[in-house]
Amino acid sequence: MPAKQALTGAEAIAYAMKQINPDVVAAYPITPQTPVVEYFAKYVADGVVDTEMIPVESEHSAMSACVGAAAAGARAFTATAAVGLALMHEIVYIAASLRLPIVMAVANRALSGPINIHCDHSDAMAERDSGWIQLWAENVQEAYDFTVMAYRIGEHPDVRLPVMINFDGFIISHGVEVLETLDDDVVKSFVGKPIKMYSLLDTEHPVTYGPLDLYDYYFEHKRQQIEAMKHVPKVFKQVAEEFEKISGRKYDLVEEYMTDDAEYIMIALGSTAGTIKHTIKELRAEGKKVGLVKPWVFRPFPKFELQRILNGRKGVIVLDRSASFGAEAPLYEAVKSALYEVAVRPQLGSYVYGLGGRDITPAHIRQAFEDAFKGYLIADEERYLGLRE
Amino acid sequence: MPGKLFEVRWHGRAGQGAKSASQMLAEAALDMGKYIQAFPEYGAERTGAPMKAFNRISDEPILIHSSVEKPDLVVVIDDTLLGNPDIIAGTDENTIMVVNTVRDSTWVRQKSGFKGRICVVKATDIALEELGRGTPNTVMLGAIARVTGIIELKYVEEKIRDMFLKKFGEEIVKKNIRALHRGYEEVRCDA
Repeated sequence: MPAKQALTGAEAIAYAMKQINPDVVAAYPITPQTPVVEYFAKYVADGVVDTEMIPVESEHSAMSACVGAAAAGARAFTATAAVGLALMHEIVYIAASLRLPIVMAVANRALSGPINIHCDHSDAMAERDSGWIQLWAENVQEAYDFTVMAYRIGEHPDVRLPVMINFDGFIISHGVEVLETLDDDVVKSFVGKPIKMYSLLDTEHPVTYGPLDLYDYYFEHKRQQIEAMKHVPKVFKQVAEEFEKISGRKYDLVEEYMTDDAEYIMIALGSTAGTIKHTIKELRAEGKKVGLVKPWVFRPFPKFELQRILNGRKGVIVLDRSASFGAEAPLYEAVKSALYEVAVRPQLGSYVYGLGGRDITPAHIRQAFEDAFKGYLIADEERYLGLRE
Repeated sequence: MPGKLFEVRWHGRAGQGAKSASQMLAEAALDMGKYIQAFPEYGAERTGAPMKAFNRISDEPILIHSSVEKPDLVVVIDDTLLGNPDIIAGTDENTIMVVNTVRDSTWVRQKSGFKGRICVVKATDIALEELGRGTPNTVMLGAIARVTGIIELKYVEEKIRDMFLKKFGEEIVKKNIRALHRGYEEVRCDA
């Protein structure tokens, strides 16, 4: 029986990982670590999982240990946030290049400096081109659900890529919400046994990982990575369809909220999408035709879905919780680029908000929608919500 | 329109257990079939520093993820915080405030400038008498149950049992339930 529990996002992910019972969890145990591995370490200590838990001396080592474990054919997991992810950067790329289906939970938090520990998407955006699949959770439930789905996507023979589960730091990682959990055996049979390919431990079929790969073959290997990403939408949809059968919850590359007749659509990642839905309900009660599109999958970028949904709308507002200094904000840039080929381009507006955990309220969201209602969106202008200027 | 939300803001000092109390409130409300949120505000974490925690409770799924701006209920765990302007931010005459203090509501009003209804309870004293420790959480939950009706005592009792029975035994459970009931009985509100 599915049960309702009051849990934080970090507890929810740890709970899902307990049900999955991975072979190896390697993590740096000190801040900026999330409570995910703290809760998971308790499961290890209590003997409810038989995971090999490796506390390491840095995030760089955490991902290195995951790479080694995954290359040996183990199911490996880690979690981090903010500057911890930044310190991992080198090995994050290597994990994707070696096509290792590691799963990593990232509690999205600001990068220094100045020093800030709060919610921000700069950490994950710095890894957007690393070759990892990026899933983005709005709430505790989605953080749990994506964790259950992640290995199925990453380990699929057509994909073989690592998966990053993004959930907003503090807002979701430390916020208690209602979570509907699945039964242990349901999760266990859904996730199944690891699909091993090219295991280092398969001595009958020896392989080499991470050798020197210069101008002779490096390019071809990168081309294969590009191709692997193209298989993700199909595999994600298959896994989501199966997940709906066990959970009743439906996922796709993007979530559409009240978009059917919407003239104005807002796009955002993570927990702010919930605040936008709340505001949309208020605006709908006032007769405004507004909706939300939330990418559940940010890498690979759901270009075709956005083209289909956004073509012909009056206005599209993109909210970014990270800046790209000297260029357009990352989500906005991607949406704008996707709309180049649509038949009827909407007016477009870019709004950066919430850096370093600055609160985003319904009033801010309303303010951006008001700009759109007035026809006052300018595609080449970046605006800021909740900023003192 | 989004469903009606009941919003709570807790004020305490780090280490006094406001975060745990807000979680217990949320869990009791969940058991009553409500949708809930409980989240603390994290700053520089050091024992004794002023901190806030928040709750949202609703009959419908809660979508909003911003901070609580206009609380229906303000809970003050430590009355030395009453002079802090944060205490009355976003409140008006419809807001309720429950304060752990040995003073009366006139003093609380003078100290805080709060416009709404004030309820006081000697939660630390009661906790010392019942539990032998000055941890006022369960007493405050009893007071909140009485003043707002947002949670019922029997659900909080179940939570106390869940949290304390295995770890501390039946005696501690009984003491906490007594503290809870005394908070319910002994909270005093003006007008």
